[in-house]
Amino acid sequence: MDNFQQLIQYVLSGLSNGAIYALIGFGFAIIYNATGIINFAQGEFVMLGGMLTIFFLTVFHLPLVPAVLLAVMISTIVGVVFERLAIRPLRNAKPLRLIIITIGASILIRGIAMLVWGKDTHALPAFSSNEPILIAGATMLPQHLWIFGVTVLIIIISRIFFNYTMMGKAMRACAYNAQAAGLVGISVKSMTLISFVISAAIGSMAGIIIAPLTMTSYDVGIMLGLKGFCAVIIGGMSTGFGTVLGGLVLGLLEALGAGFISASYKDAIAFIILLLILFFRPEGLFSKKETERF
Amino acid sequence: MQILRNEAYFLVYAAVTKYAAQRCIWTFYKVAMLKIKNINTYYGQAQALTNVSLHLSEGEIVTLIGANGAGKTTLLNSLSGIVPPQSGQIFFHDTPINNLAPHQIVRLGISQVAEGRQVFKPFSVDDNLELGAYLKQKFLSGKDKVKKNKEFVYDLFPILRERKKQLAGTLSGGEQQMLAIGRALMANPKLLLLDEPSMGLAPMVTQEIFRVIENFSREEKTTILLVEQNARAALKMAHRGYVLENGRMILEGMAAELLENKDVQRAYLGKDKKEIWER
Repeated sequence: MDNFQQLIQYVLSGLSNGAIYALIGFGFAIIYNATGIINFAQGEFVMLGGMLTIFFLTVFHLPLVPAVLLAVMISTIVGVVFERLAIRPLRNAKPLRLIIITIGASILIRGIAMLVWGKDTHALPAFSSNEPILIAGATMLPQHLWIFGVTVLIIIISRIFFNYTMMGKAMRACAYNAQAAGLVGISVKSMTLISFVISAAIGSMAGIIIAPLTMTSYDVGIMLGLKGFCAVIIGGMSTGFGTVLGGLVLGLLEALGAGFISASYKDAIAFIILLLILFFRPEGLFSKKETERF
Repeated sequence: MQILRNEAYFLVYAAVTKYAAQRCIWTFYKVAMLKIKNINTYYGQAQALTNVSLHLSEGEIVTLIGANGAGKTTLLNSLSGIVPPQSGQIFFHDTPINNLAPHQIVRLGISQVAEGRQVFKPFSVDDNLELGAYLKQKFLSGKDKVKKNKEFVYDLFPILRERKKQLAGTLSGGEQQMLAIGRALMANPKLLLLDEPSMGLAPMVTQEIFRVIENFSREEKTTILLVEQNARAALKMAHRGYVLENGRMILEGMAAELLENKDVQRAYLGKDKKEIWER
């Protein structure tokens, strides 16, 4: 029975981490689908979300909601500036070169964050009470509920955006065939910019909701970014449920591995999964072969 | 006396017609909606077009024929901004367009139906058409116009109305071609660029599509630049034609003349006369 309770506990924490990985993975997938670039600065948006929220809470003593909104806004602006300065001027460069530029940008953003906020870890207070909720003998914090709620909300909003609004459809069209999209009047450049805006916003939101649970510092972006990358690889670079499932699977395996094998292998497990997927099923676990006529 | 008078009438008549003809040519150049002047286009180092010039007048159907690799698609891509020319000029209604991005050129009223159709396969037929009118509905307004255009396209190609909710990837080749043309028409182009609409289609379907294009052009006064491998069908429909060979324009003329031209007949219309080949 004790084992069973532990299992539930691991599953819970795994799922909540997984939700975060899924959100970060979403950011990767959105930019990848619009531009063919893997944006390794995605993790820095996650870090910026958490750090900026703490900054506004402690330095300006803003209430939580405006602090969160401001943090998301500023991270988004950083995303826009990044796209304008580092990606757009090199629009005709090969994706590989741009990917390396994103790595450079991530180092730069991390460095600036370290100079501004120092190397200490900071904690964001939980959004609501810290009273644990008991579920089948396992404890769950209200913050877990926030994570699940916000994740589900973001997924629903992005599905509506991509499937029912003209701009979302235009982004998908651009991802499917950029040349044909240009010929119907869709500006590929503005779609690239919008993809950076959306991923920065989603990434920073992920960083904010996880910060009360895991603490945050200038360098959380590296690990969270790589985990999100792992999630999106499992999900086959989709902006749909593949990535959500990828994140959840990754979170679960990680939590179970850390619980039943050893906590020190937690990160190793994620990367072993990443390598296995890349070796044996690079198109992702959940992608189906599409049927279409030529 | 009678004879003399007739002679005088004839002289006056001849002078008037000559003047009218000159006037006609003059206005003809004046209303040229599209002028391409000596463009050179490259793919990396390889030159695909050499000093190509072409003009289109309002309401004309002009066809561009040539063998595989002659540069027909490149010419269209240079026009629509996908592969901008490195030198030379393109004027659309006297506005230079050779440095604009594809979406800006669409905005001016030039729509291209790309080679191989290029419909958005994971989207429904309806969505494809709406994306075609993307520029018309950026703001909240414009929904009525889009709906009207959609009805127009569905009337043009009734089969698309039946397939409305179906994914474009599940349509047959002919239906995809119709969808690609319909999608381009959603932007209300003044100039329609058609790149090999008959590619990979059964002759019956090609005929149907050509018939619709011809009717449409006549009724809506849309100018059309048609690139075709099927030179005979294209020349029968067009008013004028150009022949492109190895990236150079080698012939230009009225479509009827080109149909009669010996070189065109031999090279593009398949009238292989043994005597000519084995001369």
